[in-house]
Amino acid sequence: MSNAAVIIELDGTGIKEANWGMVTMARMGGTPSEGTGDSKAGLIACIMTPVDDSMRSELESYGISTIVEVVLPQGLETNPDVSARALLSAVKAHQVSSVYGLSTALGKDLLPRMAALAGSPLVMDCFEADARTGMARTSQYSGKTLASIKMTGERIFFGVKPNSREPEKKPVSAEILRFDASDTAIQGLRVLDVQTGDQGKAVSLAEAEVIIAGGRGMKNAKNFDILVQCAEKLKAAVGASRVAVDSGWVPYAMQVGQTGEKVSPKVYIACGISGSIQHFAGMKMSGMVIALNTDENAAIMANCDYYAVADALEVIPAVTRILENG
Amino acid sequence: MQIYVCVKHVPDSAANIHVIDDIRIDPNLAFLLNPYDEHAVTEAVKIKEQHPEAEVIAVCLGPEDAENTVRSALAMGADRGILVQTDSIFDSIETARILHQTITDDGVPGMIWTGKESIDAEGMQTMFRIGALLDCPVATNVVQVALGDNKAVVDSERVGGVVYTYELDLPCVLGAGRGLNTPKYPTFPDVVKSKKKPVKTVSLDAGASSPDGASMKVVKLEPLIQTRTPKAMTGDPDTIAREIVTILLQEAKVIS
Repeated sequence: MSNAAVIIELDGTGIKEANWGMVTMARMGGTPSEGTGDSKAGLIACIMTPVDDSMRSELESYGISTIVEVVLPQGLETNPDVSARALLSAVKAHQVSSVYGLSTALGKDLLPRMAALAGSPLVMDCFEADARTGMARTSQYSGKTLASIKMTGERIFFGVKPNSREPEKKPVSAEILRFDASDTAIQGLRVLDVQTGDQGKAVSLAEAEVIIAGGRGMKNAKNFDILVQCAEKLKAAVGASRVAVDSGWVPYAMQVGQTGEKVSPKVYIACGISGSIQHFAGMKMSGMVIALNTDENAAIMANCDYYAVADALEVIPAVTRILENG
Repeated sequence: MQIYVCVKHVPDSAANIHVIDDIRIDPNLAFLLNPYDEHAVTEAVKIKEQHPEAEVIAVCLGPEDAENTVRSALAMGADRGILVQTDSIFDSIETARILHQTITDDGVPGMIWTGKESIDAEGMQTMFRIGALLDCPVATNVVQVALGDNKAVVDSERVGGVVYTYELDLPCVLGAGRGLNTPKYPTFPDVVKSKKKPVKTVSLDAGASSPDGASMKVVKLEPLIQTRTPKAMTGDPDTIAREIVTILLQEAKVIS
């Protein structure tokens, strides 16, 4: 049993971009045969929707050789417990020994359910994952340490942090198989309602390549519109510090930090955020940090890549204008 | 109904963490009740206020000092505590087995609460493992809960305002999220009263580890060292904005 599988996440339009970095990671470290010339073991993609031609060619271009369409019970597609049981049956049926999924909002409700039901180890939020050795690397102690974790067991699970690896293509051809899990039963958990909310359509913090976050320097709820307008131009997500959520300017769901979302964008633009140790816990895995603050002594100014002693409320609208008009 | 709240003894988030022996942290620092667990304790106590027959029991796995964390939960209104005392560090597979065993040895859980994650190991999975062992439903990042007839209706927040409303059969396991409530910080009389509440210390017997050898072990821990060298951007807001756009375009390559 040495197959590796990735669980493909979907959005409203198809396969999420964030999957490709994970697929690349699974391919490089996920298939024992990689580089040894053994072409038998390939990478399996489990996907909870019928796969059309464009999805198929996308999956093929990143090295997926087997696509498993997992058929969920009708009407229960949003039930994470049912999805977890169905996916677990599918990976068991395909002799999968290592499972990769994204450490996104969905992944955080899905992967631990699967690992718990299987009694298997799982490391969430890993930025390195190697199925050959069972090793995962993740941050611990609020981003103050990096932990290398060795997993053992007949099946292991990786929750991969989005943006951890640049996607690389490797074209192959894939077969499509159906796994009928439509008889998966409800076990004590029923979905009564799913509210998408205002931010439902916006870019999610966990997956965003760019995040613009506001803190005390935003002064009020209204000023967050400035960040939202700029974020639309950059396809960025909008985040906030604890001060901003505790002041009621934006919802808790937008909080980045120790007790909020732990993010890993390529670029993090901090607007009027002082940079407490707890805020760093949530954003220090960012690729590049750009800080705008009127206080030159703010902690973030000494721990970023670019800074300007300036009012974000003046700079960010100018960024938006430049992006609009060139 | 017995409501069990699993509480974890974790390093203070503001503390400096020193790694020793490449594998563990120097334990000579301030520890406290995991912040998410504060929301769990607060909610359990709120439920007890509406259901006076309920009993709230704080359960903790940790060293001798972790009794302070159990006492914090008691000061916030839990009725009694159980400390499973150990100096060993367990992965979440073992932790869930120990907590499940301790809870079912003690009573009949109607609900089990945890925080949605601990701020030290950040594994985000213990609640699901306890649920699997108890064969009962689980919801995490719970931001609202209402108890019905042998059921709980909860709002579980995903991200960006997306909220799933679940109905769970009891018993169930719930992971408390930050939006659930405002933790009830104890007053001085609460603290005094909590000192008289019973805390049972049990020693850990064998049999915690997974029978099929499934495990996850930290083999190396290293401090995360920041290597950023800040470069200043100067000028008026327009000049700074132009520089930012250039950086995003040419260096970060996130726009084109």
